[in-house]
Amino acid sequence: MPADLPILSIIIFLPLVGALFIALQRQDDPGIRNARNAALWTTLFTFGLSLFLWFNFETGTPKFQFVEKYSWIESFNIFYHLGVDGISVLFVLLSTLLTPICVLASWDAVRERVKEYMVAFLVLETLMIGMFCALDMVLFYVFFEGVLIPMFLIIGVWGGQRRVYAAFKFFLYTLTGSVLMLIAIIFIYLQTGVTDIPTLLKTSLPRDLQLWLWIAFFASFAVKIPMWPVHTWLPDAHVEAPTAGSVILAGVLLKMGGYGFLRFSLPMMPLASDFFTPLMFSLSVIAVIYTSLVALAQVDMKKLIAYSSVAHMGFVTLGIYALNTQGIQGAIYQMLSHGIVSAALFLCVGVVYDRMHTRLIDRYGGLVERMPVYAFTFMLFMLASVGLPGTGGFIGEFLVLVGLFKVNTTVAVLASLGVVLGAAYMLWLYRRVVFGRLAREDLKSIPDMNIREIAIFVPLILLTLWMGIYPTPFLEIMDASVANLINQYQSALTVLDNVSILGQ
Amino acid sequence: MFYGLCIFLPLIGAAVAGLFGRILRARGAQLVTCGAMTLSVVLATFIFYDVAILGQKQTVQLFTWVVSGEFQIDWALRFDTLTAVMLIVVTGVSTLVHYYSIGYMDHDPHNPRFFSYLSLFTFFMLMLVTSDNFLQLFFGWEGVGLASYLLIGFWYRKPSANAAAIKAFLVNRVGDFGFALGIMGVFLLYGTVSFEAVFDTTPAKAGATMEFLGGQYHAITVLCLLLFIGAMGKSAQLGLHTWLPDAMEGPTPVSALIHAATMVTAGVFMVARLSPMFEYSETALAVVTVVGASTAIFAATVGLCQNDIKRVIAYSTCSQLGYMFFACGVSAYAAGIFHLFTHAFFKALLFLGAGSVIHAMSDEQDMRKMGGIWREIKITYFMMWIGSLALAGVPLLSGFYSKDIVLEAAFASQTSVGNYAFILGMLAALLTAFYSWRVLIMTFHGPSRADEKTLAHVHESPKIMTVPLMILAVGAIFAGWVGYDYFVGSKMDKFWGEAIFVLDNHSALRDAPNVPIWVKIGPVLMGIIGIALAYWFYMVRPEVPAVLAERFARLYRFLLNKWYFDELYDRLFVRPAKYLGGALWKDGDGALIDGLGPDGLAGVVRYIARRVSAFQTGFIFHYAFAMLVGVSLLVSLFLFGLGSK
Repeated sequence: MPADLPILSIIIFLPLVGALFIALQRQDDPGIRNARNAALWTTLFTFGLSLFLWFNFETGTPKFQFVEKYSWIESFNIFYHLGVDGISVLFVLLSTLLTPICVLASWDAVRERVKEYMVAFLVLETLMIGMFCALDMVLFYVFFEGVLIPMFLIIGVWGGQRRVYAAFKFFLYTLTGSVLMLIAIIFIYLQTGVTDIPTLLKTSLPRDLQLWLWIAFFASFAVKIPMWPVHTWLPDAHVEAPTAGSVILAGVLLKMGGYGFLRFSLPMMPLASDFFTPLMFSLSVIAVIYTSLVALAQVDMKKLIAYSSVAHMGFVTLGIYALNTQGIQGAIYQMLSHGIVSAALFLCVGVVYDRMHTRLIDRYGGLVERMPVYAFTFMLFMLASVGLPGTGGFIGEFLVLVGLFKVNTTVAVLASLGVVLGAAYMLWLYRRVVFGRLAREDLKSIPDMNIREIAIFVPLILLTLWMGIYPTPFLEIMDASVANLINQYQSALTVLDNVSILGQ
Repeated sequence: MFYGLCIFLPLIGAAVAGLFGRILRARGAQLVTCGAMTLSVVLATFIFYDVAILGQKQTVQLFTWVVSGEFQIDWALRFDTLTAVMLIVVTGVSTLVHYYSIGYMDHDPHNPRFFSYLSLFTFFMLMLVTSDNFLQLFFGWEGVGLASYLLIGFWYRKPSANAAAIKAFLVNRVGDFGFALGIMGVFLLYGTVSFEAVFDTTPAKAGATMEFLGGQYHAITVLCLLLFIGAMGKSAQLGLHTWLPDAMEGPTPVSALIHAATMVTAGVFMVARLSPMFEYSETALAVVTVVGASTAIFAATVGLCQNDIKRVIAYSTCSQLGYMFFACGVSAYAAGIFHLFTHAFFKALLFLGAGSVIHAMSDEQDMRKMGGIWREIKITYFMMWIGSLALAGVPLLSGFYSKDIVLEAAFASQTSVGNYAFILGMLAALLTAFYSWRVLIMTFHGPSRADEKTLAHVHESPKIMTVPLMILAVGAIFAGWVGYDYFVGSKMDKFWGEAIFVLDNHSALRDAPNVPIWVKIGPVLMGIIGIALAYWFYMVRPEVPAVLAERFARLYRFLLNKWYFDELYDRLFVRPAKYLGGALWKDGDGALIDGLGPDGLAGVVRYIARRVSAFQTGFIFHYAFAMLVGVSLLVSLFLFGLGSK
């Protein structure tokens, strides 16, 4: 593959091409079959292409790589500017990995409006990847906001009973947050005259402005990630979303918030970040403990895992604002592993939901008797979620705590409590669903996972173990970018007194 | 090369048996796992010879694990004398338990799963004892916890087994919470978590302080105490012990291997391994001593009144672990490990013997329904005698040597906590002998209290079960006599090398031989009194215990109910957590956050949307409408923002 190929653009827009092809299919059986196959092959091919990034990524430099830059809206100095660094490239890979899995997971589960469904997912993929690659604020915003639309549709059209309520809740929350972010972006543009992210990363803004901008960005990212107390949209969205929707939501969409903090809040508003660190710590610690306790009380499997996601994301925000190597690397790692583990857990719920059409924990019990393969798979991801050493979940969580402990022991101790509670609700969930006597009549003929389902889980299992036993390749990729981020942050704090003030 | 193989063979066995169990079936899985274990124990013997006898300590680097800034950790296997001793114990007992299980689990349909778990446990335990840094120790630590969880809950249809499994995992998690914080603290203080580097720089850090939870404390004390919380969880010490008796829900071979001989001793191993750190904190050592001694007496008192044969032995284990800890606490780490070593043999023997009894009694575990069966199962009976004699510390058996040196060291330490440990340890020795003979008599002697059907079935176990018993019995008899010189006697310094570190002014173990004669014969005397009392209570005057229980009803119930720890914890932690969870969900998320926030807003939006959708329907429209709301909001806010500038 020649080096000057616009690889990022290809990866971004390939799914869109697939979507176009599917949209042109007819609304009959062969058309639907074509739609499924086209979606699968497109996403697989996209994933294959994205591996090119993995192998050709140059570690040891914080520079943006595979950069493309074309003039877009010239009169406003806005560019179509793409590129990835050690942080974003991993999220691109996460997105391209999870989308084909989503397509496979929806293979039999989605029977109505299959064409539209697949189109929605492919468009979603385009937007997600675009968001992680965008190096212009306007472009970023377009992608960031655009993601809302297909996700809103996926929940609202293919969701469960209360899908409309959930879709609106999701939409209102995220839109409200984003609106403030848009204002902030416009403000930055008015102040500096550029929307180019690499340029802005090197620009220092006055402290007062930073505080306001930080709040505006925070509103958007805190909802996305989500942080307590703006998290209540997530359980509802998860419960109503179809399985694959939950997978993408937990796997990628939540990470957009964490990515935002890393890409914008920390480097562009270092003084504000420093100022708001106590706030972030408090909200995150509350999230970890509060949502873990709430998870204990859940009767719906998806809701339980959704609440656990909030707790896990609490670790992410803690790690980011620990603002040292272990904290931030741990946070990124936690996002990646949570992307895989929570996706897998939602898929696990999906497996039994497809068979029994209920997510209520009480309706299950003793599944191990009929479904040993399922029990093993679920067990593995349950343990990864609990953060057992040797799984991906452990590395991220532990690094975050190590980073936190350096900064504030009290916060570290409180956050560690979440690890104990996390084990409680996950083990209890597992026990009620998988162990016990197989008493219910309708469960006595439940079949174990089929080949398609096993094929979905195998790569996730291997990845989880790989990330737990040999995390070095992932940490190496992000290393230089994280180091650069921290250096910039530190130097911004040290030149606090003689900061160059723009726009005055 | 064979160093690594010794560790990874059990993993291979576990993976093969677990993944291909359906193809291999019971016989194949047994063959694979027992074969791997046998090979592993042979290799372990060679390693022991190389490392402990020839004194060639080794470290095998595998590959990088985590590199994050200066937080750099490798997968590496460390072999010194301490590790070598543990290797022998772990692979030895594990192999015997594997073989024994072939007989014990004969009727169980889930043989491959069982053997896979057993081997998996062994692997994690080996990773634990060979770890070269704190994080890998934690890996093994949590790994054995996982295996323990899986095996306690092995009979997943039983609700009590599931509950016990979760309890074991969670109580251990509480311990691990301290352990993990300890590791973080170690990293903060030393900038590394590798044992070698930490131990080397500890003397230089002896006076350092660190900030913890808002206060400034002596750094090494804080770290040692945090780490010790982990040890307390895994080794079921007072306060975090509640999981161990419940863990008896698991199959009996599991109790013998995990909950007697190996995993529960991990805490003792940890303290010994970290002796270069603990030595620099008098406070931490005192805490270890007090906790150990208190556990020793606490568990012994509870053991007096339990009626489930396995629970009695479980409390006995708990109590003996207390001995090991207070030995470490008075800086007699070698004595602690020596007791760990001998205890592994006789306690595994007792458990497997109890398993043999239970097997014979058609899965009956209540001693009140046993009695008078010794003629039917003579080999088992004989083996249980050996185990009990060793446990009670009767001269020439292994327990005698190790318990004596532990108590002598406690006395010789000449500290107030040492004296506390010595007195409680002496008392516990009496109680130990008493409940051991209570078990023997209630189980084997007197009139039988079992029903006809069970009695008719009473039979001696097959050879595959009795032969491992005999091998363990040999260990229970001779381990103390053979090991004494090396572990705690004249060859001690050469044997341990640098594996255990003791400051010069902590001379308890070196002074132990010079204690007064009454201290030396004291434990034996206590043992004999205990045996005699039990004989009198349960053979000569069997009506006495009932009378006593009635006379001291309150005390009896207090002991029978295990000092009400479970009830206390239920009130303090379990119920409040569940209550809080429900309340935060319904009131916090539901009423407060949603009620004030999105539901109100969404209500308004949906209301308007419904009104306008008279013109049009469909979700796209809804979206567009919401978008419109957003844009208008945006514009107004934007203008407002500019205006204020």
